[in-house]
Amino acid sequence: MRVGESVQRSDGPAKVRGDFAYSSDLHAEGMLWGATVRSPHPYARILSIDASGARTMPGVRAVLTHEDVPGQKLYGLEIQDQPVLAFDFVRYWGEAIAVVAADHPEQARRAAEKVRVEYQVLSPVTEPEQALSANAPQLHPGGNVTREVKIRHGDQSARADVVVRGEYEIGMQDQAPLGPESGLAIPDGEGGVDLSIATQWLHVDQEQLAGILGLPKEMVRLTLAGIGGAFGAREDLSMQAHACLLALKTGRPVKISYSRTESFVGHVHRHPGRLAYEHGANRDGRLVYVRARIILDGGAYASSSTAVIANATCFSVGPYVCPNATIDGIVVYTNNPPCGAMRGFGSVQNCYAHEAQMDRLAAALDMDPVELRIRNAMETGSEMITGQVIDGPVPVAELLRRVKAFPSPLGAEGQGDGGGMHDLTAMPGGVSNTTHGEGVKRGVGYAVGFKNIGYSEGFDDYSTARVRLYVVDGRPRVEVHSAAAEVGQGIVTVQAQIAGTELGVSDVVVLNADTGVGSAGSSSASRQTYITGGAVKAASEAVCKRALELAESELHPASELRIENDTVVGADGKQIVSLATLLGDAVIEETREFRPRRTHRLNPETGQSNAHMQFAFAAHRAVVDVDTELGLLKVVELATAQDVGRAINPIAVQGQLEGGAAQGLGLAVMEEIQVKDGVIRNPSFTDYLLPTILDMPPVRMDILELGDPNSPYGLKGVGEPPTISSGPAIVAAIRAATGREITRVPVRPHDLTP
Amino acid sequence: MEFMQPATWSEALAMKAAHPEATPIAGGTDVMVGLNLDHGRPESIIDLTRIRELGEWGSDDGWLRIGAGVTYTKLIDELGDRLPGLAMASRTVGSPQIRNRGTVGGNLGTASPAGDAHPPLLAADAQVELASATGTRRVPVREFFTGPKQTTMRKDELIAAFLVEPAAGPQQFSKVGTRNAMVIAVCSFALALDPARRRVGTGIGSAGPTPLRATEAERFLEGVLDEQGSWDRRTRVSEAAVTRFGELVASAARPIDDVRGTAAYRRHALSVLARRCFTWAWAAA
Ligand SMILES: Cc1cc2nc3c(=O)[nH]c(=O)nc-3n(C[C@H](O)[C@H](O)[C@H](O)COP(=O)(O)OP(=O)(O)OC[C@H]3O[C@@H](n4cnc5c(N)ncnc54)[C@H](O)[C@@H]3O)c2cc1C
Repeated sequence: MRVGESVQRSDGPAKVRGDFAYSSDLHAEGMLWGATVRSPHPYARILSIDASGARTMPGVRAVLTHEDVPGQKLYGLEIQDQPVLAFDFVRYWGEAIAVVAADHPEQARRAAEKVRVEYQVLSPVTEPEQALSANAPQLHPGGNVTREVKIRHGDQSARADVVVRGEYEIGMQDQAPLGPESGLAIPDGEGGVDLSIATQWLHVDQEQLAGILGLPKEMVRLTLAGIGGAFGAREDLSMQAHACLLALKTGRPVKISYSRTESFVGHVHRHPGRLAYEHGANRDGRLVYVRARIILDGGAYASSSTAVIANATCFSVGPYVCPNATIDGIVVYTNNPPCGAMRGFGSVQNCYAHEAQMDRLAAALDMDPVELRIRNAMETGSEMITGQVIDGPVPVAELLRRVKAFPSPLGAEGQGDGGGMHDLTAMPGGVSNTTHGEGVKRGVGYAVGFKNIGYSEGFDDYSTARVRLYVVDGRPRVEVHSAAAEVGQGIVTVQAQIAGTELGVSDVVVLNADTGVGSAGSSSASRQTYITGGAVKAASEAVCKRALELAESELHPASELRIENDTVVGADGKQIVSLATLLGDAVIEETREFRPRRTHRLNPETGQSNAHMQFAFAAHRAVVDVDTELGLLKVVELATAQDVGRAINPIAVQGQLEGGAAQGLGLAVMEEIQVKDGVIRNPSFTDYLLPTILDMPPVRMDILELGDPNSPYGLKGVGEPPTISSGPAIVAAIRAATGREITRVPVRPHDLTP
Repeated sequence: MEFMQPATWSEALAMKAAHPEATPIAGGTDVMVGLNLDHGRPESIIDLTRIRELGEWGSDDGWLRIGAGVTYTKLIDELGDRLPGLAMASRTVGSPQIRNRGTVGGNLGTASPAGDAHPPLLAADAQVELASATGTRRVPVREFFTGPKQTTMRKDELIAAFLVEPAAGPQQFSKVGTRNAMVIAVCSFALALDPARRRVGTGIGSAGPTPLRATEAERFLEGVLDEQGSWDRRTRVSEAAVTRFGELVASAARPIDDVRGTAAYRRHALSVLARRCFTWAWAAA
């Protein structure tokens, strides 16, 4: 198991067989079940809460409201504005007001229905523009603007030969992890609590929980439970505090597991947005300026909105050189469902806009759209609109050339031949038998995008790893311990590969993540392989150094030794001593923190700053068949090229490129939480549609390993870029097939028909 | 909640008579979803899966009599040649897992306007056999649905079977959904041609409070085909006539705007589906 080898994921077989224990499968002897009382109104004043009826229901052990929160009553990743349990106001449909613990989950649910809440229903703020108007109700003490980011770069009154304008709208996507929010809290009998939980960041949960519970951190211990997908949905607290409060109150283990419907209100979503752009270019196609106003709807609470809007603004122009930019990004509070982190984190919304604009510009200039992009492509040393100069490989033009050079997919558009056998699965509409080729037109579209890897704007980005080397049954073993959350991306395997590579030992065990070791930061921002990988590498190197010092002799100075295949070897490759013999009973353990290079806050007036640590780029080509009469689609093929720096586990990298593209496709053509008057109309997988295997085409891919000079092994984060440009490429292909403008995603059949 | 498992049909009917509020369960692909979503808390459930004859089919006076418990998979495998329209619709239902469990009887029991088995049953003029402890009656499918999720079935009755004639001519089914598999219909259309009787049958799904027939469209097309002597000579039908047929199908629909689509789109799509289905069916006639 070495870096660069394709290694099967350790959790794969169990997941495929159905043996894998997810957080919703957790169990403890004598445990109680929690249920949550939720607001039926998007905005209301809470006049009173009467839990007396619920408390006397059969099997009920506790009913808690905000009055039972011993510590901080508000929490939040960036701004502490969200009540653990609502008081005074509810600000979104489904907000938690009270929690119940009972012997049986059905008893808990029935008791939850008996909690009487008296409301004064208020008229909700459901449009971002409405939130900004002077007479809108102020949803939070600081007003309705969660954050405004300004970029003022170059000449603010630049003029250009050719100008194109466009307004774009992005619907609300959901991370839709298959595993619902769930966990099990077990009181330790001494006032503390142990929580098994599916989360993206154990330590930030721990810190928030300690504050809420009014306990020192050591008394709130977290262990990672089996995670059924995350994609940003598990960065915020959901049921964590509720389960701990109930467990501490009742002295019994308490499990909470959301239903599917509840899950849709139990986590944040991708920000919907409205983006108005103006691009100016010279006749030769070079960008002169971009002016844009980006409004994201953050919903009722801040979550990570302040960072999402920074990304949406910093990357608003795409990976192009643009000497002059005037960008205003603003994220507001409304009474819509709260929005926060989702794969792509602000760079998805703007990619739809800047790529549509590049196509419009190409049309206005009568230029090939790929050629126009290449002409403006950033390269090493290019300056972003934030003034940051990008170092390392910046292969934007190369990625575009590669996706363009892929051969066209086999088969003609609408493969029907008017009679005989039709492969319906290859048609728009699929097996539903809507066309045998009638009305089908093919389009090809291109898009490229980029985003930051790791935390930005001066946030202290680090991870911690503990590595132990010892002998069991006569063989050396390496044990790796970090708090990095395995959310399905494969960080467990990556840690084993890195430790195995650095220590030359074949038996590597990765312990389950918990708060018994220092923070790893979150499994988000495509950062975990970089940052926790870096920490495991550093700790492994330190262990290796100490082992080699043990083997050192006059003949063989430590600096000339290395470990290979469980054996210490000399400079000439000769075996010197087996690691097992060398170590005997000794245990070598080292813990290291790893930090990438520092980043800085955006200047509040100009947005100029070295705000980001690393950048990742990907390009996509989409080939789409559209039934132009029915507005149904078949994405025939996606092709992508992405620079991953160095593929630590190539098969996992391929999985990220495919899965990320599927999530991009979802937003482009079907995935949308439909919110009307603050209420989610489709909180189930019946009507929140995710792509199936008949919707998701094969992905042709070109994985470049150009090596980043600053990162461990030269790697780049890979998880998010596939989600950024895949959707915009698909929409470009739909435009090409239909000749329609299409300024809103997801594209619906009725957007494509008369 | 009481859970009853009759071993025989008469036992099941007796239980339903004694517990008229009981919810029957066949494949459970609607019932279990409803329970999970907490849409209802039935006092009692009658499990019909132990009753062998419900899962069987046979012929009855030239008709096919198909037990309410026959699954979509079985229907496609064993009756696909005789009931091509229903088989096409069955292939669009859910996923393989759902087709292995789900039954046409359950689809009728739920009586969703979006139930995919309904349009082909309407187009083929099928009948539903309802049974109670006191007797059996057969109701034409076109009289079976009375409103969204409402039917003429009495509380003491169960669906025993449905009856349908083997296809006497080409049949088609088309369904619009916003993804290419496993999707609830935005709207759907079924067509059955019976050249010997010179009859056109239609069914519209998911575009009204109940599954609907496009009667006016049927009569119009029959007229066109009669007039031109097309039934016998299989002559080309004019584009104008096909377009008109599509329009009449669209105007028979009574759609609404909902999370799955707009009323205007549904009408438009139905006119396209009707045109295409007829073109395909006619080419095969
Ligand atoms: C993932 C998924 C996808 C689906 N996709 C589709 C789809 O594409 N198209 C579609 O039409 N449906 C779809 N459905 C719905 C469902 O599968 C169908 O309606 C199916 O036909 C129900 O059959 P069943 O045997 O499972 O019914 P059950 O759930 O067992 O019962 C359904 C209803 O019928 C009643 N019932 C059942 N048998 C009898 C009887 N003999 N007498 C009287 N009443 C009875 C029950 O009481 C209940 O009200 C889907 C469901 C799921 C979960």
